[in-house]
Amino acid sequence: MSSELIVFLVLAAVAVLSGILMITRANPVNSALFLILNFIALAGMYLTLNAQFVAIIQILVYAGAIMVLVLFVIMLLNLQDEEPLRETLTKRHYASLLFALLTLAMLIEAIGWMGGDTLDRMQQQSPLAVANGTVQHIGDVLFSSYVFPFELTSILLLAAMLGAVVIAKKRFP
Amino acid sequence: MIPVHYYLILSAVMFITGVVGVLTRRNAIIIFMCIELMLNSVNLTFVAFSSYLGNEAGQMFVFFVMAVAAAEAAVGLAIVIALFRNKQTVNINEVNILKW
Repeated sequence: MSSELIVFLVLAAVAVLSGILMITRANPVNSALFLILNFIALAGMYLTLNAQFVAIIQILVYAGAIMVLVLFVIMLLNLQDEEPLRETLTKRHYASLLFALLTLAMLIEAIGWMGGDTLDRMQQQSPLAVANGTVQHIGDVLFSSYVFPFELTSILLLAAMLGAVVIAKKRFP
Repeated sequence: MIPVHYYLILSAVMFITGVVGVLTRRNAIIIFMCIELMLNSVNLTFVAFSSYLGNEAGQMFVFFVMAVAAAEAAVGLAIVIALFRNKQTVNINEVNILKW
């Protein structure tokens, strides 16, 4: 086994296990902490894909800003633990699990169909990958080809900011 | 090198984990976090294809998905707070005023 494969398998195991632990914990704070672990494993995954900028943004925005906001709200509401999942298992839970596993099988089947020359081309990363992931290149592209969506993002964030303030205000109009 | 399929299968497994969470949990904040997990698994697919095809468009998409996720986090948590202020609960089984 090559060292790359070992790194990938370790990160993948951390990502999957933390995801499963996240959806099975009764306490929301534990769930949020496992989600942060998942995000950090994904940031490592982005580094193995030569996407430095995305990896740093993942840590700063997701593991930093968004999850701090989520944890802040959980602490603010002072929630009790949800009743343990295994005591409340109903037919609906089994049905949703069955549905999810069928969807997973379908997705993996679809990935398996990606055969032929696509498969040969996708055996290793493009030689351009290292140059494409740098902050310099991302910045170049972001402020040339993608400058309009970038400016639209500012309007989106402004609208979200105003919306959050209005909704969370004490006297909702 | 690792074939791109490994990343795609990991992404599919993470996405389904998020789906199961949304379908089985009753706590609105945990459902919200499961949606974040699903968004992240899609981001992984974008970055994997971006890197294996040598095209930066995938990483641009991830940037915009993260902006949308940040906006969604702010508005979603504001809704959860408003919900808790009115109902004293975030259990979605007890929040059914729009159900008929």
